[in-house]
Amino acid sequence: MYSDSEKNFITHPKGIMSWLFTLDHKRIGIMYLIAILTAFAAGGFFALSLRLELFRPGEQFLTQDQYNKFFTLHGAIMVFLFIIPSIPAALGNFLLPLMLGAKDVAFPRLNLASWYVYVLGASFTLFSVFTGTVDTGWTFYSPYSTQTSTSVISMTLGVFILGFSSIFTGLNFIVTVHKMRAPGMTWYQMPLFVWGTYATAMIQVLATPVLGITLLLLILEKVGGIGIFDPKMGGDPVLFQHFFWFYSHPAVYIMILPGMAIISELIAVHSHKKIFGYRLIAYSSVAIALLGFFVWGHHMFVSGQSEFSSMVFSFITFFIGIPTGIKIFNWMTTLVKGHICLTTPMLYALAFLICFTIGGLTGVFLGALGLDIQLHDTYFVVAHFHYVMMGGTVIAFLGGIHHWWPKIFGKMYSELWGRIAFVFIFVGFNMTFFNQFMLGSQGMPRRYHDYSSFLKTDLFERYHGFSSYGALILGVGFIIILCYLVASLFNGKPAGNNPWGGLTFEWSTTSPPPTENFKKDPVLKHGPYDYDKVLPKDIEEN
Amino acid sequence: MNERTFNLPPPASTIAGAYDELFYFIYGLSVFFFVIITVGTIVFAIKWRAKKGEEQKLTSGFCHNTPLELLWSIIPTVLFFVIFIWGFKLYLRYVVIPANATEIKVTAWQWNWNFAYPEGAESNILVVPKGKPIKLIMSSNDVIHSLFIPDFRVKMDVLPNRYSSMWFQSDYEGEYDLYCTEYCGQQHSKMVTRVHVKSASDYTKWIEENSVTPTGDVLYKRYACNTCHTLDGSAGNGPTFKNLFGKSETLTDGSMVNVDENYLRESILEPQAKIVSGFEGSVMPTFQNTINNDKLDALILFIKSLKEE
Ligand code: HEC
Ligand code: HEM
Ligand SMILES: [Cu+2]
Ligand SMILES: [Cu+2]
Repeated sequence: MYSDSEKNFITHPKGIMSWLFTLDHKRIGIMYLIAILTAFAAGGFFALSLRLELFRPGEQFLTQDQYNKFFTLHGAIMVFLFIIPSIPAALGNFLLPLMLGAKDVAFPRLNLASWYVYVLGASFTLFSVFTGTVDTGWTFYSPYSTQTSTSVISMTLGVFILGFSSIFTGLNFIVTVHKMRAPGMTWYQMPLFVWGTYATAMIQVLATPVLGITLLLLILEKVGGIGIFDPKMGGDPVLFQHFFWFYSHPAVYIMILPGMAIISELIAVHSHKKIFGYRLIAYSSVAIALLGFFVWGHHMFVSGQSEFSSMVFSFITFFIGIPTGIKIFNWMTTLVKGHICLTTPMLYALAFLICFTIGGLTGVFLGALGLDIQLHDTYFVVAHFHYVMMGGTVIAFLGGIHHWWPKIFGKMYSELWGRIAFVFIFVGFNMTFFNQFMLGSQGMPRRYHDYSSFLKTDLFERYHGFSSYGALILGVGFIIILCYLVASLFNGKPAGNNPWGGLTFEWSTTSPPPTENFKKDPVLKHGPYDYDKVLPKDIEEN
Repeated sequence: MNERTFNLPPPASTIAGAYDELFYFIYGLSVFFFVIITVGTIVFAIKWRAKKGEEQKLTSGFCHNTPLELLWSIIPTVLFFVIFIWGFKLYLRYVVIPANATEIKVTAWQWNWNFAYPEGAESNILVVPKGKPIKLIMSSNDVIHSLFIPDFRVKMDVLPNRYSSMWFQSDYEGEYDLYCTEYCGQQHSKMVTRVHVKSASDYTKWIEENSVTPTGDVLYKRYACNTCHTLDGSAGNGPTFKNLFGKSETLTDGSMVNVDENYLRESILEPQAKIVSGFEGSVMPTFQNTINNDKLDALILFIKSLKEE
């Protein structure tokens, strides 16, 4: 893979212990990458099983109980083990100090601790798989979660612990951004990836404790019989939903903001063009992060919350749409007069613009008070959040991986296979999820193991069947990506410092970077997107 | 009868028309913006694509255009206001229940529905007269459920600790699907029943036919005891009813009880009072507020009849 003479953060120091006890943000980033990809594979396995079960009406190969456990595991793994840590903890960890021109994050030990806390939390979550699993859905709605006999406690405890890992990372990033910027780098000269990660970190620190407390209360209720949510003990189940969404709505921005952060980089670098509306993109990330705290009630329009609350929540929800829309127009306009290279990462960025737009526009249906009544808890919602999380975050994540892979490992992957896999992912994803919008608005409820006794079974079968074919294509896409990326480590061409022609600090050092990131301390000479003034070949090596 | 459209089922209630108007309004706008963004993205990406083998060069510093930016901030904002107000107006039609509505009491539990009519009849399908506003007053005996009739565009959660209500009116006779849309455990996807919209005379006839207290075997199915209790001796989520009467049952605390009429009564009305050993894991919902004395007698008689001599 790497010749012995090469000295970089991967080859030096050697030995497994040097990895397990490393304080290097780059190594921790890679350890996170391995962990979350493992989680993604597990979540994907459950997803594919669900899709195959739904291929036809009636029981195929999963019993009701298994199906309920599988969608719970799929949702919980994808949300808590994969998507929340994915971009910040893996790519963010690797890139944030490099982009700021720093040697490491502010608290390297805390950073390592967060990885171990993640692994501990993941173990508890997965432990529940062996003790009967959980069948409550990833939302753990009370009173069902208080009454079910499945191992809710070990899973919620796992999620509780995972929360701390998220808080540690967030805290670390906030301080790093404030304190570790290279000389000359003002707030408005930070790459937009840093802005997005910063906004995300704010939510991680502010919202995650609420989830922790909620789950702790749930555990107390289950173990100690203290009535908080379960009406049998004098509690209120709607209170649980308020607590849960008070975290989980901001959490959807923990999921999407880092994706948007990647897209800003990808579009600017691969079209070699000054990004359109830098400040608006930066501000809108922060605006989304803050507004995101005041809309949780849009998940509860039919829960029996007061009509007045519903009205207020619907109103604020639309306000989040505005900064989101502005971002999309800014990215699109960045392309104008660029020097655009349609590389694999750029293809993902363009796909993001299309898929995420669908996710955002269908959110408008759900935010409109009267319309949500029909669509809530149907496949329309399933399609909507997959368009946002998969079509948004996962597509951005794939784009990011392809964009920084040469930097992280110093090797180029096969561009041809990259494009082939992209086609599989794009086609497979849209085939899987697009028709679920119609499926949902026609009435198909979510979390259903079977749809054989409906008047509309025939109609639903056509949609479900098509989705399942799409899922298989999508699965093939992921396997191709895995193959050529791993192959590139062994026979990839050396990437050089700056294969795409970027202007931010990470492209000014060697690939893979040395342990101390830069050979000399970088000083900022130009803005992150000054493609009108600076050519990459002229930037000085750090 | 109305036809279903590409996205929505046939509009079979009086509110569905208004619902569909807003739906397709947003749909039209969405298509419009989607086309702008997709076409824009693709056209720009092709138009300003780098030529093969061409060296990277300095590009334009174009990164601001105030009129353009105002345009794409203000137009969506205005549209959002329109949609919000329209959505809220539609919502008001949902929450303001006509004073003359016929009230039907809905009780939900794992995993069945029960509909109690003002005239005294009960059933596990929902039967309503055509052309009359219907108000559903709903509560749950155990966890949260949600009542959804897609063709009527109505949905509302059914909660264990309070009443929730909703209304609709259908002017079209026919049969429609009714789903539970809040995940409620094992047989959530079996919590599906039908709505029958009948003409006034058919409705009255149906009510009369269903007003006599049914026998225990009918109640056993109507209250979905069959989802947990079998009659053939095999254990389901709960113990089988076969040969239950007269046997002595071991409880979780190790004590024994003799299954007599009083024990059966208590087991149905307060299931948590004595839990049968081996069934600690699953919970039987209470039927305290659902089953009156006549029906309780019928059910007990039925269970007694399952004892083989
Ligand atoms: C959600 C599943 C469920 C439903 C529905 C249900 N039960 Fe039960 N039932 C149980 C479980 C579990 C037990 C055992 C635990 C206990 O004693 O509470 C039980 C126990 C009983 C017992 C005591 C049995 C024994 O062996 O001592 C009786 C009698 C009974 N149920 C009657 C009914 C009747 C009548 C209905 C319908 C009106 C009904 N149950 C509906 C789950 C259910
Ligand atoms: C590989 C492609 C994927 C497929 C085929 C897939 C499929 C499914 C299916 C069939 C369900 C169950 C719907 C239901 O029963 O209500 C589901 C639910 C869900 N999926 Fe996916 N999924 C995929 C990827 C993802 C990704 C990448 C994420 C997140 C990053 C994700 C997050 C979720 C969540 C949160 C739920 C809700 C679980 C619940 O309702 O409790 N999925 N998915
Ligand atoms: Cu939300
Ligand atoms: Cu249900």
